[in-house]
Amino acid sequence: MTKPLKIVVLAKQVPDTRNVGKNAMKEDGTVNRAALPAIFNPEDLNALEQALRLKDRIPGTTVQLLTMGPGRAAGIIREGLFRGADGGVLLTDRKFAGADTLATSYALMQAIGKLNPDLIIAGRQAIDGDTAQVGPQVAEKLHWPQVTYAEDILSCNGERIAVKRRLERGVETVSAPLPALITVHGSAAACRSRHAKHLLKYKHAKTLSELQDAGNNAYDTNQPEYLRITEWGVADVGGDEQQFGLAGSPTKVKKIENIVFQAKESKRLTASDTDVNGLIKELMANHTIG
Amino acid sequence: MNNILVYCEMEGGKIADVSLELLTKGRGLAEQLGCRLEALAIGYRLAGVEKELANYGADVVHVADDARLDPFRTLPHAAITIGVIREEQPQIVLFGATSIGRDLAPRVSSALKSGLTADCTSLEIGDHADTKGNVYKNLLYQIRPAFGGNIIATIINPEHRPQMATVREGVMKKEPAGAPKAAEVKKTDIGKYLSDTDFVVDIIERHIEERKIDIKGAGIIVSGGYGVGSRENFKLLFELATVLGGEVGASRAAVDAGFADHARQVGQTGVTVRPKLYIACGISGQIQHTAGMDQSAMVISINTDADAPINQIADYAIVGDLNEIIPKMIKSYRENSK
Repeated sequence: MTKPLKIVVLAKQVPDTRNVGKNAMKEDGTVNRAALPAIFNPEDLNALEQALRLKDRIPGTTVQLLTMGPGRAAGIIREGLFRGADGGVLLTDRKFAGADTLATSYALMQAIGKLNPDLIIAGRQAIDGDTAQVGPQVAEKLHWPQVTYAEDILSCNGERIAVKRRLERGVETVSAPLPALITVHGSAAACRSRHAKHLLKYKHAKTLSELQDAGNNAYDTNQPEYLRITEWGVADVGGDEQQFGLAGSPTKVKKIENIVFQAKESKRLTASDTDVNGLIKELMANHTIG
Repeated sequence: MNNILVYCEMEGGKIADVSLELLTKGRGLAEQLGCRLEALAIGYRLAGVEKELANYGADVVHVADDARLDPFRTLPHAAITIGVIREEQPQIVLFGATSIGRDLAPRVSSALKSGLTADCTSLEIGDHADTKGNVYKNLLYQIRPAFGGNIIATIINPEHRPQMATVREGVMKKEPAGAPKAAEVKKTDIGKYLSDTDFVVDIIERHIEERKIDIKGAGIIVSGGYGVGSRENFKLLFELATVLGGEVGASRAAVDAGFADHARQVGQTGVTVRPKLYIACGISGQIQHTAGMDQSAMVISINTDADAPINQIADYAIVGDLNEIIPKMIKSYRENSK
C-alpha cells in the first residue's frame, strides 16, 4: 500500500480580472477593486482537483490549503473545504502586505516549514499578476525539485511522482522524487463542485478574526475543532522580518498608468453594403490587401 | 562594468527566436549603459553557437555544453545560470517568457534574492528618486500590463542586482547587428556548479510539435474576441483570413472560452504581432490584448459596441454584427479582385 501523503495546496483569492466591465475603472482611471468579485484563482482550483484525486487514490492522504491575504481570503479556504479539502491555513498580517512574488514565496515557505508536507501543488499563475513565479520560488526556497505546467498527475508511489506537463508546443512526462512542488496548468481537469456533505459540515468554519468581527471573542468550546480555520501571522511562522511584505520585496512599483490609447482619427463605418464595399476597395487600392 | 546577460534558449538545436529578440534589445540597452552584452547558452552540441549569438550583438558567449543539459531540465539549468550570474555579476539578466524561461527565471531570482518582472512589454533605462531622497541612476524600467491588463505598471529594482525580467516572444524586434564582431567564448566549468541532486528529475517522454501556427509572421491577421460567441462562429474568421491570405488570431477571452487555440492568442500573455492589417472582430480592446497588436500598420475593428475601447486605436471602426459584415467583406473582395 502506498504511504499516505500530506499535501499542501497553495491558493490565492484574486479579483476577477478576466471580464472587466466598464464600471471596473473609476472616473479617475484607477481600478475599482470593489466592482470586481473576489474569486478562487482559477488554476489553483485545477491544483486542488489534482490534490483531491491523490486523496481519492491513496487512503489516509490529507489536503491542506495554504493562502495568504486579508481576512476575507478565509473564504477560499471554506470553498476548498466544501470541495473536499481537510483543512487550511490563512496567512494574514499587516507585515505580509505589499509583498512581491519573492516576499510572498518567503512567507509561504516559512508556513510550509510548519505544515511539513510531502507534496505541494499550486496553480501555475494567478490571474491578477500572471507572473507564474511563486511556485518555482517556493520550491527553490525549500530546495525541492519543481514540476511546472502539470496537466495530470499520472502516478505517485509515495517515493516518486509522475507528471504530464503541458508545454507551449507539446507535452512532456517527468518523474520527480518527493518532496516536490508541482504547478498545475489550466488545461488540467476542472475542479469538482462543492459537495453537499462538506457544505453542511464546514458551513460555519471560521477564522478567529471572523468570529471576533461577528462579536464573539473566542471559539465555542462545544463546537468541533474542524470549524476552526487556522490564522497565522509573522509571529506564528517565524523567520526574518526583513524578508516579509514590502520590506522583503526587491521589486518596487515606480509608476502605474492608465491605458492611454493613442487615439487615432478613426473612420466610423456602418454595416451597409456601401460602407463595406468602399472599405474593401480602398484597402485594395492602397495594396493593404490583394 | 556590470554587463547585461541574456539566457539563450535552445530549440531543436537552434537558438530560439525569443533569445535573438532579447539580444537585439539587450544590444541597445548595453549601448545606452556603456556595458557589454553577454549570452549564456546551455545545452548539448553547441559548437558554433557563438557565431549566431555574435551576429545579434553578443560580445561574450558563455557556453555550457553537456549531454545531460539537453533537453532542458530546471535544476541543472538553474544551477549553472545562478553560478554564472554569481561569477559575472551582470546588472541585468533577461529571459524569454516561454515554458522554459518562466520555469527557470523565478527559481534563479529566488536563489539570488533578486527581483523578477514577468512578461515585460517594454524595457527602458531611466533614473529614479525615492521619497527618502535617494537617487538611483540608470535603472531598468520593466514595463508590463498588470491587473489583468487593465493598467500599465513600471517596475524597478532599486537595491537588488541583477535586475531580471522575462519578455514574451515577438514583443521585441529581432535584428542582426549592423557590424557584428566575433564574440569572446567562455566555456563554463559546469563541474563547479552541478551536483548529482540536480539530476533527480527524469524526463520519461517528450513530444514537441513543430510550430504549426505562426501568426507572428502573418501580414494580415483576422482576430476574434469573446464577442465572436463560439468556436463555430470563428469559422467565419478563418474564411475571411483564407480569402485575404492571412492568419486567424484571438483574444485571451476567446481562448479562455475555448473558441480558439492558445497558439493564436494575441496580447500580453500571447504573441505580439505587427501585421500590415489587423482586423479585430468582437474584441473589446483591453490593454492585455492591445499591448500585442497596437503596432499593426492598420487596424479595422468590427464591433456592435460603438464605444468599445478598440475603436480608439482603429483606423476604421465598423459598428455592427460581424456575422453580417464579414460575409459582406468576403463577397466584396471576391467581386473586386476579379
